Amino acid sequence: MPGFDIAAASLVGGLLTGGVYALVALGLTLIYGVLHIVNFAHGALLMVGMFAAYVLAARFGIDPFLAVPLVAAFMFCLGWALYRFVIGRVSRGEDRAMLLATLGVAVVLDNAALVIFTGDTRTIETPLTFAVLEVGPLLLPVGKLVACGMALLMAGLLWAFMARTGTGRAIRAVAREPEGARLVGIRPDRMFALAYGIGVACLGAAACLLLPSFYVSPSVGENFVLIAFTIVVLGGMGSFPGAVVGGLLVGVAESLGGLFLGESLGPITISLMFILVLLLRPTGLFGVAR
Amino acid sequence: MLEVTDLHAGYGAFQVLQGVSIAVGPGEIVAVLGANGVGKTTLNRALSGLIAARQGRVRFAGDDITGLDSSDIVARGLIHVPEGRKIFADLSVRDNLLLGAYRRASSTRAANLARVLDIFPRLAERLGQRAGTMSGGEQQMLAIGRGLMSEPRLLILDEPSLGLSPLLTEQLFNLIGRLHDSGLAILLVEQNVVQSLAIAGRAYVLEHGQVTLSGDATQIAADPRLKSAYLGL
Repeated sequence: MPGFDIAAASLVGGLLTGGVYALVALGLTLIYGVLHIVNFAHGALLMVGMFAAYVLAARFGIDPFLAVPLVAAFMFCLGWALYRFVIGRVSRGEDRAMLLATLGVAVVLDNAALVIFTGDTRTIETPLTFAVLEVGPLLLPVGKLVACGMALLMAGLLWAFMARTGTGRAIRAVAREPEGARLVGIRPDRMFALAYGIGVACLGAAACLLLPSFYVSPSVGENFVLIAFTIVVLGGMGSFPGAVVGGLLVGVAESLGGLFLGESLGPITISLMFILVLLLRPTGLFGVAR
Repeated sequence: MLEVTDLHAGYGAFQVLQGVSIAVGPGEIVAVLGANGVGKTTLNRALSGLIAARQGRVRFAGDDITGLDSSDIVARGLIHVPEGRKIFADLSVRDNLLLGAYRRASSTRAANLARVLDIFPRLAERLGQRAGTMSGGEQQMLAIGRGLMSEPRLLILDEPSLGLSPLLTEQLFNLIGRLHDSGLAILLVEQNVVQSLAIAGRAYVLEHGQVTLSGDATQIAADPRLKSAYLGL
């Protein structure tokens, strides 16, 4: 049985990773909440964000943490344009067609990355990669600490944008009542493109925060996409607090599961917790029945 | 103010409006009457740009607005309070009202909000409440209040008394009278024929997507053809 110190360190480590998971899930839950589709391109777009951050770091020496605004802005534009010119256009408002369009985008992006970057895995080192902070008996990796803090800050900013600004209000209005929204002069297609762009921008930020402690390859998105789906369903589809709490929970479950059950058996704790929550609360932790 | 000429509109292969021509002058209340399914709601949806006109012209305040996007029509002050209210149920009452002013300058927003809350004191008590948790009558007030936040020059009210108690319906018609007194032009689509004709200056009767009867409200009220339009005789 591992000692208390190790368990505590594992718990904190899980929370720190979970913060970044939450940001990935937040993008997914925003897109689901507004467009009512599951974004199958989520993993591929995270990969694009990670390569963008990688190129900035490897070619231009820009620290991934400092590159957050740049990559997030780039990813916002990419997401907005993808919705405006591809996903929205081919789907003509049909949810099923939109779903398939996101899947198609994922296939194209994955293979484009294979052509450009080959299948190699790459990593970068930053000054923070091996830095640790000693807090009592715990050794906290500074990189992950900063990443988690920035992720939660971003989640807070996104919440404030949605709750407090006129545009955020309009996005929430379109989400449930598109016809009522048109009658007050909102153009739903613009709000959809904006929401998709913001959801993808969350991925850009998350990509920068993940890069120092993770590798990047054309298939890297797969590692996160299943986790993000789990978080979104666990927290309640479309729920912001659900994504954040779900992200932290999944991070902790993954970390403690790995510690107590070993690397190969550990990941089942996520699935166990997932099944348990759905049995007891089918709408997810923060979901509302509709 | 509003001039509709030979309007055709419908859904898919189903042609609902077959050449409707109506007009609303400044400051006028005009009622559109007719049995269920004759195209009253389709007419409103075509006027506010929710569906496209297939033929015909819509002119508003001197401009041709046929084929404009609904957001541009809202910006011009042609405001449609729809059947079924279509309020934002998940959002607070305040957010609903503020969204009514989405296409309006933020400088006039506070004054408009104060004016609407003055008309509907009930909404003032419930600003922070989720709109979907209010009663049907309160939701109808909110839908009209949201429309007033858009600074309408012409207000289309589609079945505003639907689902309201007789007492609330009476209050609603009082309110419509007050809005009219303030100079607002209103196109009123109602199932409540007697009260609509009492408040309206003129009226049109729709049958099978066409205007079959039009004139002063008092004349229409006395016309035996009004009854036959509803009974399908």
